[in-house]
Amino acid sequence: MTVIPDEPTTQEVAAHRVGDAIFRRTALVASLLVIVFLAGVGIFLLIKGLPAIGADPENFQDHANVFSLVGALLFGTVLAAVVAMAIVTPLAIGLGLVISHYAPRRLAKPVGFLVDLLAAVPSVVFGLWGIFVLAPYLKPVHVWLVDYLGWIPLFDGPASATARTLFTAAIVLALMALPIVTAIMREIFAQTPRAHEEAALALGATRWEMIRMAVLPYARSGMVAALLLGLGRALGETMAVAMVLSATGVIVSWDIVSSENSNTIAAFIAQGYKEASPIKVSILIFAGLALFLLTFVVNFLGRWIASRGVVKG
Amino acid sequence: MTTTPPTQDLDHSAADLLPPDPTQPQGQLPRTAPLIVGVAAVAAGALVGLILGSGLAVMVVLAWAVYAVAYPTWSAAVENRRKATDRLVTVLVWTAFGLAMIPLVSLILTVVIKGSRAISWHFLTSDQTGRALIEGTGGIFHALVGSMMVTVIAAVIAIPIGVLTAVWLVEYGKGSRLASVITFLVDVMTGIPSIVAGLFALAFFQIVLSDPLPRLAIGGGVALSLLMIPTVIRSVEEMLKLVPDDLREASYALGVPKWRTIVKVVLPTAVAGIVTGVTLSIARVAGETAPLLLIVGTAYTTNWNPFDGALATLPTFIYSALARTGNPQYGAAWSDQVWGAALVLIVIVMTLNVVARVIGAVFAPKAGR
Repeated sequence: MTVIPDEPTTQEVAAHRVGDAIFRRTALVASLLVIVFLAGVGIFLLIKGLPAIGADPENFQDHANVFSLVGALLFGTVLAAVVAMAIVTPLAIGLGLVISHYAPRRLAKPVGFLVDLLAAVPSVVFGLWGIFVLAPYLKPVHVWLVDYLGWIPLFDGPASATARTLFTAAIVLALMALPIVTAIMREIFAQTPRAHEEAALALGATRWEMIRMAVLPYARSGMVAALLLGLGRALGETMAVAMVLSATGVIVSWDIVSSENSNTIAAFIAQGYKEASPIKVSILIFAGLALFLLTFVVNFLGRWIASRGVVKG
Repeated sequence: MTTTPPTQDLDHSAADLLPPDPTQPQGQLPRTAPLIVGVAAVAAGALVGLILGSGLAVMVVLAWAVYAVAYPTWSAAVENRRKATDRLVTVLVWTAFGLAMIPLVSLILTVVIKGSRAISWHFLTSDQTGRALIEGTGGIFHALVGSMMVTVIAAVIAIPIGVLTAVWLVEYGKGSRLASVITFLVDVMTGIPSIVAGLFALAFFQIVLSDPLPRLAIGGGVALSLLMIPTVIRSVEEMLKLVPDDLREASYALGVPKWRTIVKVVLPTAVAGIVTGVTLSIARVAGETAPLLLIVGTAYTTNWNPFDGALATLPTFIYSALARTGNPQYGAAWSDQVWGAALVLIVIVMTLNVVARVIGAVFAPKAGR
């Protein structure tokens, strides 16, 4: 004889509901904490950073006010990141294509894994490698750039004797931004509809023609988004620049191969980590706010373009 | 009546009717063409390099240049321009791959070769107390303790918040206004530069402790958790979305309340992916340097107290010890210390990465079941 279980009593249902309510509230509180956390970042940085505006001019390393100082640093930050992205762009497109289209199936996975490994290397180790391995190799490159491309303001010279320049730092930055850009690009390349690719091949296109006519147009907005996200990463990266540059002052200079370099915001903050005087700390924090705003705008643009591409694609 | 139609003749006459195809390649390179050109290019590069007396790097560049020019040129001569372009692009694409791999290989080789000299039991179990601080004969025990402490604090803060937020976003808030606001804020958080996270911790503890130069492990944990939370949320969210709705509905149909469904059905199904994501985020923050410089500072002795006092972590130890490698007498010893610490750091981070991926690959739910 089968026993039909009784309907749960109202009390049991209520007990479930209490459990549900507690769990739901806990999860909600955690989500709200995210908002609190982020608001906290903004508020505490503002409280500690704003006093920098009225500080004595003697704290600004030959700059008239905090805006001029941070402006000079912003210039260096953008310069380093843009040079880095100029190196990243062709490499990431090539690497993404290797993983998605060129490498044989069996090789594609290990290759992707190697690129991910590059992302796992801590920035401080990248900095070490930049100083002790990369810089010595780049010394002749610096001389060559100044000799033959000296008419470009970037390579005005004189070439630095140690090669610890913004140019070297930008190459290290490029290596650090490369994995994230490549990861996004290979995803997007792999998403190209097979029908488009096969149609191109069926019309007799070579592999490159297929990529140029089917894959790249499809991936265009995603590629731009990937590059912007990589730029955001390069803008905020600290240690590579702080370690490779032996910078002291804060100057504005287009020259990236001489021993007098522009400095970046992040490196400027890291180099001042021992500062104890309240006004100097608040200058650091003010610079940090500027960096936060800059990366926010760049990341926001990147995501906006990515989402627009999704809707259209 | 089973005569076969004369298909062959028909095909033949049809082919004759067509005009000659101008894009039809005249010939084709042998399958071994890349190998032949490659060997020739290496030989040419080595020869010219030897004549000019230049180093290995120049020879490699020369060989590459010869290959990149000769291979498409041969193709253009034998085949046609389109095929030649295709082959040129193939060369360029693989060049990009090579260029990206050279630094990775060089970096790992350098760290292993230079770092393994310093590794010893003494190096791993002693700190820089006393004369070791001058002579660079100490170890990194204090930095290992510090790294562990800061990372554990960060994980303790970030993992519950991250997992619960992801649960709320996927299970409760889906489609609501608040959910889209939080998703946007998580995006913003992902983009916070690590140094700004350090500045936040500095500003926060300056105000809370009213100390102009706060140095404490908790602060480091707070800074790192700020970097960890968005990555944890993102990866857990992705994993929860992969859990099929059938499972949830089956559970509801049995009368299981929602929260027990989440705890007993949804989370266990996604656990492999969640562990992978969390481990990767730990690996990421374990290598962070800049925020820790600002809030935990540098130290040369072991500090077990997370609430007070500067402490060393592996990355900040590397950064601060770097300044001592210029010492004329003890510079070499310090250099060994720096590379040794770098090797230990890389081994830890890479191990975490590999473990995370193995977990993800082995325990991943089989697709299509």
